[in-house]
Amino acid sequence: MTGTSKPGIQAARLPADRLTDNFTDLHAPLTKHEAFIEADRCYFCYDAPCINACPTGIDIPMFIRQISADNPNGAAKTIFNENIMGGMCARVCPTETLCEQACVREAAEGKPVKIGLLQRYATDHLMETTSAHPYTREAETGKHVAVVGAGPAGLSCAHRLAMKGHTVTVFEAKEKSGGLNEFGIAAYKTTEDFAQDEVAFILDIGGITIENGKALGRDIMLDQLARDFDAVFLGFGLPDVNALGLSGEDAKGCEDAVDYIARLRQTDDLASLPVGRNIVVIGGGMTAIDIATQTKLLGAETVTICYRRGPEQMNASPYEQDVARTHGVTIRHWLQPQSLRHGEDGSVSAITLEYTSLDGGKLTGTGETLTLEADQVFKAIGQSPEDSPLSGVDLSLERGRIKVGDDRKSSHTKIWAGGDCIHGGEDLTVAAVEDGKVAAEDIHRALMA
Amino acid sequence: MADLSTNFLGIKSPNPFWLASAPPTDKQYNVERAFEAGWGGVVWKTLGEEGPPVVNVNGPRYGAIWGPDRRLMGLNNIELITDRDLEVNLREIEAVKKKWPDRAMIVSIMVPCEEDPWQKILKRVEETGADGVELNFGCPHGMSERGMGSAVGQVPEYIEMVARWCKKHSSMPVIVKLTPNITDVRFPARAAKAGGADAVSLINTISSIVSVDLDSFSPSPSIDGKGSHGGYCGPAVKPIALNMVAEIARDPQTAGLPISGIGGISTWRDAAEYIALGCGTVQVCTAAMTYGFKIVQEMTEGLSNYMDEKGFATIEDFRGLAVPNVTDWQYLNLNYVTKARIDQDLCIKCGRCHIACEDTSHQAITHMKDGVRHFEVIDEECVGCNLCVNVCPVDDCITMETISGTDPRTGKPIDPNYGNWTEHPNNPMARADAAD
Ligand SMILES: Cc1cc2nc3c(=O)[nH]c(=O)nc-3n(C[C@H](O)[C@H](O)[C@H](O)COP(=O)(O)OP(=O)(O)OC[C@H]3O[C@@H](n4cnc5c(N)ncnc54)[C@H](O)[C@@H]3O)c2cc1C
Ligand SMILES: Cc1cc2nc3c(=O)[nH]c(=O)nc-3n(C[C@H](O)[C@H](O)[C@H](O)COP(=O)(O)O)c2cc1C
Ligand code: SF4
Ligand code: SF4
Ligand code: SF4
Repeated sequence: MTGTSKPGIQAARLPADRLTDNFTDLHAPLTKHEAFIEADRCYFCYDAPCINACPTGIDIPMFIRQISADNPNGAAKTIFNENIMGGMCARVCPTETLCEQACVREAAEGKPVKIGLLQRYATDHLMETTSAHPYTREAETGKHVAVVGAGPAGLSCAHRLAMKGHTVTVFEAKEKSGGLNEFGIAAYKTTEDFAQDEVAFILDIGGITIENGKALGRDIMLDQLARDFDAVFLGFGLPDVNALGLSGEDAKGCEDAVDYIARLRQTDDLASLPVGRNIVVIGGGMTAIDIATQTKLLGAETVTICYRRGPEQMNASPYEQDVARTHGVTIRHWLQPQSLRHGEDGSVSAITLEYTSLDGGKLTGTGETLTLEADQVFKAIGQSPEDSPLSGVDLSLERGRIKVGDDRKSSHTKIWAGGDCIHGGEDLTVAAVEDGKVAAEDIHRALMA
Repeated sequence: MADLSTNFLGIKSPNPFWLASAPPTDKQYNVERAFEAGWGGVVWKTLGEEGPPVVNVNGPRYGAIWGPDRRLMGLNNIELITDRDLEVNLREIEAVKKKWPDRAMIVSIMVPCEEDPWQKILKRVEETGADGVELNFGCPHGMSERGMGSAVGQVPEYIEMVARWCKKHSSMPVIVKLTPNITDVRFPARAAKAGGADAVSLINTISSIVSVDLDSFSPSPSIDGKGSHGGYCGPAVKPIALNMVAEIARDPQTAGLPISGIGGISTWRDAAEYIALGCGTVQVCTAAMTYGFKIVQEMTEGLSNYMDEKGFATIEDFRGLAVPNVTDWQYLNLNYVTKARIDQDLCIKCGRCHIACEDTSHQAITHMKDGVRHFEVIDEECVGCNLCVNVCPVDDCITMETISGTDPRTGKPIDPNYGNWTEHPNNPMARADAAD
């Protein structure tokens, strides 16, 4: 018998080999033959809709054609030209709402070309078969740019700047670089140590120094950076997780999903992670799906996502909802948390939720309630911006996030920003990469003017 | 249920599907398995003279080209005629014919270009009880360097001479197998007829190099770092073979000469097309070598269904029906005006038609209308060339519509009557005729 049914929060609910199985690649990479067959499905569309649907604008028909022509490294270069994190994006992009949704074969037959898997085939091939970095730096410009945050936005910006010949120093609060690629993305999307391999691959271009353990607002100040460097790019993401606003939220068993996922991503031993028997997840986005699916895979007996609105309003795409369901997660709608119950030892034992409905466009509780047994409750209701790192400089913000223009420039003449910390973004890895790239191009223009 | 039986030169077979002379017909074991599977006949793998048999290479003898899912599209081989002892072959031919009297047993032969060896081998073959012989004038490799195979097939005079010897020294029907490695296939066909051959079969394989290994710089298949040209066959060669068959079928000098069609036949439909162009039987090699003998069941079944649907009771009912419709370009109706039509409900907006027409043809397909992605034919520019139909990935999405009245492209009225190049005003010859 497995340990699944043990009450409370327990480590090693499943035997080690089961855990290993559960956390292998969600989608196995394509073999060469599979890649050829899949590549052949691409029509090499004119003015291809998939390109427009990719936030980084990768020339998808071209890279797929290069795969068909048995030139996977050429395909990888086509991808990296627009998206230096093409490897991670191939793993984590919700392609069903991006490129693959726009693929003409989606409209035609509901079976888009598997662009993400083909992208992974090409980028993995290059990263596994060549040691030489695919780009060389242009002549040194003598300009020095500070980048804050070594997540997708910051690294993408740093790489493009380095390529243009600028010198880049990245200040990263954590000891490990990669941002949510390293700490947030679901483990079965990026297996092994891919996030770190990708960071190393990006740094290989040269000209970039990362200073780990340096937090803006704590160890370094923005006004100082703006003075000392020729330009500054802010890509520090969204640090704080929203609270539920319930009493007893700090009780044992009530946890922050993003923190838990970070622990999961960092552990060497999945069996050491304590996980509840009955779990309730509050939220409706990618984080909710990820924590639910991963705790189920760790051996929880029941996992229920409770979302306060209907399925259409969920930020997680129907595809992601399906992924969770096929792993045995229950998704319930029109339920908002009302109160937590605690057991004798003070830890969470159940959660009471109130049914909701839309009343003239406004969400209201119906007064009716439901209580679900839960020894673990995860908060996955989004992260909120923290403005403390910005102290000392007056940047225009919108709902706590930095306001930028199309070129990702902030209200300050020497400061650009991108990724989750800016207003109006999509909170996706690929969008952060695009922000970094666009900002770098604009910084380059500004510095060389 | 349609009657698929054929009578080709008096040789009867329960269906028109014969296995071509090649590895599938190299020995009793294979041929009996083929007959068990339902093949109507075989052309036994080419026999040579008495004495020590030829030897094949001991490394790879095939090369191929594939579609992306490794569907075999074309096969290339450097195999020679049978490398088994003549006596063994003859014994087996006799045994098989006895055991399977209702199947066609043709024996392919190739000996040096002198009367004596032909006379000798014919006698031996006749003694087996075989139904006929096929003269292999087609093999493009190995044998041709020895003055046989396509070396003979490329010289019409030799074909005529050898055919005549064969008719003189044997009472069996004689089929001359033609090589496609020649500029105009009508000449060897005429020569075969002139020599008294009863029929021609075509095509044999096409001289080819299927690929070059870019690491070793050897053609493939590579034998210890070297390669030599081989013979190409399989689905890729069908269009070439069909044209050659049609050329012979409609040549006044050879019209009516029985033809056994060969080249890339893989399904009932391929076979039906050969029959429509006049072939009395068809021969298959690559498809059997790719999938095994069972495919004949799809072929007979498919052909029979087609004939039932069309109301053709026998093969003769539709044999040759396409021949009168093969004509020379100069007789095509220039007053037949078509325009491409895109079915907007089927269109998936891939844009291939647009870019093909825009970059390489007549700029006659839009990609945008009122600011949205939209593909539509501009009649004022469309010459009706059919390129868009061929590049569109969706079946029946683009069709060609015949128009009458005024052609929006030329602004001129369309003559409702047939009119061809020979009488067209732009034809200098036509003008010369008119001036006469
Ligand atoms: C659980 C979870 C799952 C997700 N899954 C997906 C997915 O499957 N697909 C997808 O496309 N997107 C997913 N996302 C969203 C995606 O991870 C983010 O949109 C993306 O990482 C944003 O990149 P960024 O560079 O802006 O921020 P981050 O990745 O958050 O990187 C910010 C970096 O800045 C550092 N930093 C923070 N504050 C400071 C400071 N004051 N000084 C210095 N450094 C600082 C951080 O340590 C971090 O390294 C997920 C997000 C979460 C939370
Ligand atoms: C391996 C191989 C060996 C062949 N050997 C002979 C042969 O000995 N005699 C002959 O007349 N044709 C020979 N052929 C040609 C076939 O009989 C046939 O004409 C040709 O392959 C075209 O038919 P297909 O497209 O169905 O294969 C050979 C073909 C192959 C592939
Ligand atoms: S839309 Fe689909 S078929 Fe067209 S180019 Fe993009 S991936 Fe290929
Ligand atoms: S097909 Fe048979 S004989 Fe030929 S290489 Fe393969 S195993 Fe050997
Ligand atoms: S090629 Fe066919 S499917 Fe593609 S845009 Fe043209 S008509 Fe539409």
